[in-house]
Amino acid sequence: MYALVDCNNFYASCERLFRPDLQGRPIVVLSNNDGCVVARSAEAKRLGIKMAVPLFQVQEQIDRENIAVFSSNYALYGDISARVMTVLEQQAPAIEVYSIDEAFLDLNGLETNFPLVEYGLQLKQRVYQYTGIHVSVGIAPTKTLAKLANHAAKQYPATRGVVDLSDPLRQRRLLGLLPVQEVWGVGRRLSRRLNQQGVSSALALADCDAAWIRSHYSVTLERTVRELNGQPCMALEECPPPRQQILCSRSFARRITEYRDMRSAIAQYCSRAAEKLRQQGGLARVVTVFIRTNPHSQLETFYSHSASRMLSIPSADSRLLSATAHALLQSIWKPGFRYMKAGIMLSDLYPSGSFQPTLFDAPESPAAMRLMQAVDNINRSGRGQVRFASEMLSSGWQMQRNRLSPAYTTRWDQLPVVRA
Amino acid sequence: MPITLLGRYLPPSASVALPLFMNAVPAGFPSPAQDYIERTLDLNELCIQHPAATYFVRAEGDSMLGVGIFSGDILVVDRSLKAVDGDVVIACVNGEFTVKELRTRPALQLLAHNPAYAPILFGPDSTLELFGVVTTVIHSVRQRG
Repeated sequence: MYALVDCNNFYASCERLFRPDLQGRPIVVLSNNDGCVVARSAEAKRLGIKMAVPLFQVQEQIDRENIAVFSSNYALYGDISARVMTVLEQQAPAIEVYSIDEAFLDLNGLETNFPLVEYGLQLKQRVYQYTGIHVSVGIAPTKTLAKLANHAAKQYPATRGVVDLSDPLRQRRLLGLLPVQEVWGVGRRLSRRLNQQGVSSALALADCDAAWIRSHYSVTLERTVRELNGQPCMALEECPPPRQQILCSRSFARRITEYRDMRSAIAQYCSRAAEKLRQQGGLARVVTVFIRTNPHSQLETFYSHSASRMLSIPSADSRLLSATAHALLQSIWKPGFRYMKAGIMLSDLYPSGSFQPTLFDAPESPAAMRLMQAVDNINRSGRGQVRFASEMLSSGWQMQRNRLSPAYTTRWDQLPVVRA
Repeated sequence: MPITLLGRYLPPSASVALPLFMNAVPAGFPSPAQDYIERTLDLNELCIQHPAATYFVRAEGDSMLGVGIFSGDILVVDRSLKAVDGDVVIACVNGEFTVKELRTRPALQLLAHNPAYAPILFGPDSTLELFGVVTTVIHSVRQRG
């Protein structure tokens, strides 16, 4: 038996956690660069604010309805997410953190001595008590059904946020109510194709012949069909496979025309990527840098280029990676363009210590690793930042985050204030 | 007041702090000091029982001087605790967080610890929303800021 626990309106709920004055007020959270709406509170959803709508299109409604607007505060969401996951870990034999606001719980063995709805309600209550975040819980014999159960728990208030789909009759009743595109793993394109073949509800998909689905679609969809019929095909992934590459890429707040600005941007992305690399205990052998102008502009010629280099031995040393990135940038930079986006990718990753150097390679020096560790520790401490000078050559191209809430839980100088 | 020394405090770091003995160890013969290695003390252990449920907030104002909460102090708030009569709590009052003592008897109210502030009373049909229970006050006596 599996449970899917999903935080309700997670980003908006995090923003409200330390702002009791926002109780009942609609909230939207914006994407990087404050471009469009990426999260909404229940109130904002009720007002009809759509997901991914550009900010300027709803600005008038935001003013009229007094909607609170925030830039994405990933430091805050990440911290609250870790707390939610910790509480869940304490409540289940095994969990898979599926995304920042969702986790699958393995409930095997629990059902025999515990009513599952009761368990779900207690779980929900505990997460709220500990963290201040409301969650919904869907319980079912497969992960795919647990996803749907969770969807139902959110949809129907009478469920009190917990749906137990262990009964096959209930499974079929719910499947009959849901369109096929609500099924986990069925994207828009796939659902269109299924619709054309007369498969429009989740139940219709469940009733398809598994072998026919495999030959006409894919093994993945066949697995989904089996899972909809209560046959578990997907196990809990307790430790997600380490990432195969690390990408750090962003659109600029304003176009970049100067080499100095671009160099600074690439240096910053490189530092961030290297930090991520070290966090997962990895070494990278290939560094890729790419830059591009706006592909949709009618007035300007489009320019996009990338370059890669393979290091002689994999490294997690920011200095080496950064120097490589700089050399790559020099090779693809062309003046006279207005660049919109740039990025860096670290790939061909190895777990630290697993790479066998040849006789002539200098192995990764422990001193360099210690230096990087020290830099990471300082940057994580919240007391200050250590940066490469190349990152500081210029700013201004940086992300726009004009409505960022404080780092309530990760900075001593930004703690929530209480009246005494 | 009598003061008891508990031990030496070392701030926690990402790497585990291990006591290091500087005396040379003759090969093949274990140091007799090995038996005495003890962990250093971690202040988190003392102040935080439920890390996932613990938030820090900063107090501003003088209504709780009587329990030793000064303006600027950092309060350790544990959300996992069920607030009971006599607890110092963080409550939401008029859209604002406030720190007060919770009283459930004889009637539900929030009590200040400064005669200049009146208690905040809650009628039978009004609800009191709590953010969490304050367990520890961090008050620096050296430099205020």
